Amino acid sequence: MKKFQNSKLARILLLTIIMTVVVITILFLAGKFSPQKLTAQQFVNLQQGDNTHAGFRRAHAKGICIFGDFESNGNLASYSSATLFEKRISPFIGRFSIAGSNPTAPDLKAPVRSLAFVLNNDTNQEWRVAMNTPPVMAVTNPYDFFEQIQALSPDPITKKPDPEKIKAFFKEHPESKAFNDWKANYVPTNSFATEQYHSINAFYLIDKSGHKQAVRWVAVPQATKESLPKLDVDSADALQIQLSKILKNNTIKFDLVFTLANAQDDENNPTIPWPDEREKVTAGTLNIISWEAQQNGKCADKNFDPLVLPDGIRATADPILRARGAAYAESFRRRAKEVLLGTQEIVRSQVGNEQ
Amino acid sequence: MTSIGHSLSTRLLHWAMAFIIISMLCLGSSMIQSLDTWQMEAVKLHKSFGIVALILVIVRLFNKLISKSPPLPNDLPKWQKFAAHVTHFSLYALMLAMPISGWLMQSADGREVSLFNLITLPQLIHADIKMYSLFREIHGYVASLFFLILFMHIGAALYHGLVRRDGVLSSMTSGK
Ligand code: HEM
Ligand code: HEM
Repeated sequence: MKKFQNSKLARILLLTIIMTVVVITILFLAGKFSPQKLTAQQFVNLQQGDNTHAGFRRAHAKGICIFGDFESNGNLASYSSATLFEKRISPFIGRFSIAGSNPTAPDLKAPVRSLAFVLNNDTNQEWRVAMNTPPVMAVTNPYDFFEQIQALSPDPITKKPDPEKIKAFFKEHPESKAFNDWKANYVPTNSFATEQYHSINAFYLIDKSGHKQAVRWVAVPQATKESLPKLDVDSADALQIQLSKILKNNTIKFDLVFTLANAQDDENNPTIPWPDEREKVTAGTLNIISWEAQQNGKCADKNFDPLVLPDGIRATADPILRARGAAYAESFRRRAKEVLLGTQEIVRSQVGNEQ
Repeated sequence: MTSIGHSLSTRLLHWAMAFIIISMLCLGSSMIQSLDTWQMEAVKLHKSFGIVALILVIVRLFNKLISKSPPLPNDLPKWQKFAAHVTHFSLYALMLAMPISGWLMQSADGREVSLFNLITLPQLIHADIKMYSLFREIHGYVASLFFLILFMHIGAALYHGLVRRDGVLSSMTSGK
């Protein structure tokens, strides 16, 4: 032992061993040694596909900015201490979009339409919301969702989705039944203004005494088919152009309707619809007043991360909901960097730039 | 050889911060990849402990002003002394740059920064996507640099303790 301690070579060897252990331990703790585990980066890679559009969202890339306010009627104030549910008006910046990674995709071909907004009253606490047309997810967690997107993706050779793969995926995932039932019956409407947009994931409302109530919500349109300007079905920007026409003279209104879960409902499972007879509370009206093209628009700067919530609203442990934070941050990081470096793609849209 | 070590306050600050910073580097790197349910809470903890680290580094800089550090051994080669000064200066710069860029990055995305939900900190700048990117990328690159400098720092400390056995390591451990 003494000899060992006096041998400089042995001590250098010991130093090297300790340093190797230190480095391996730190890299392990930093998550560098779990290649089998799906990362947010891999998820966003899949969403953006091979043809990335610099400066644009890696999902729901095509959209249009909207502005307006949320007129709360106070009905939800007894369930949530969030100030925005008091009887008051809070302004928002929002966005209508379609699913997919292509910022010039034809509006009318998209399987899913979306409404997102960030409400910001004077409290400095934002409520960020991103909603889709389906009321439920097909799967319960991000790992299955990744496989679902893979199964639905076009085959690299035929450039078309493979029906066999899709069938096999859904067969393996019977929890997708409610989603597929919805899909079979869903007929896209003729406008962004007449769709129903769902929170899909559940959240908790927290009242002043700390009691929590699981909820989902849906934005229900007040507009009717008859009141709409005609769609120019040949235009790739049909929905956006029509939206701009409506907003010339009118406000587009949606009721924000909350469904309250009871003890039988699993708030952490986004594949199961809650029964129709559950109590519903209308919290107020979203008034959409004006619009702006998304390129260099105010909504392009926003990350509609649904985990950004004010006091009085809390995230459930729904694995899909919880996975969204890291994925949205990764997409936001990529496109923000492209904007900073000035390498973003310039996209022409037929709606023009101003209202 | 060197007889006086670092004061107790210096040593406590050093080891508390070493623990926090290494944990923060590891947590930060793994949470940005994670799609698991703990991710959201991890980010909250990361932000709060990041602010704790900022407070500690300010305390530490004051402490450095008022307490004397033992000199490096006389027989240490010049380039090693120089390297020691450069790494120590870098470590302080990095300890400041990490939490400040983190706080700025969060402000630039309009996100609240609070200390364990107890105190809400002010927004340092207005929300702006370019500022977000600038500070997000700084946070990432400075973190990589931090891993590198830490590697050199730990390596050098062990070199003093194991190979040179000149009392530099024990000045920060036992204070002798
Ligand atoms: C694990 C599940 C999900 C992942 C990984 C995911 C991923 C993403 C990503 C990366 C973006 C782009 C974010 C940005 O750059 O700002 C995005 C946007 C969006 N997502 Fe998801 N998403 C998921 C689930 C959902 C669900 C359940 C909904 C609906 C309730 C939803 C609705 C939206 C909407 C509306 C947008 C566009 C928001 C906007 O206008 O900017 N997503 N998603
Ligand atoms: C000692 C202080 C800190 C250290 C060592 C540290 C370390 C890290 C590291 C290593 C990452 C991953 C970066 C990457 O690989 O790109 C990270 C991410 C992050 N840090 Fe810190 N951080 C510190 C302080 C802070 C503070 C004070 C805040 C905010 C108040 C903060 C907010 C964040 C956020 C939000 C992310 C994730 C960004 C994203 O989702 O893309 N950090 N941090």
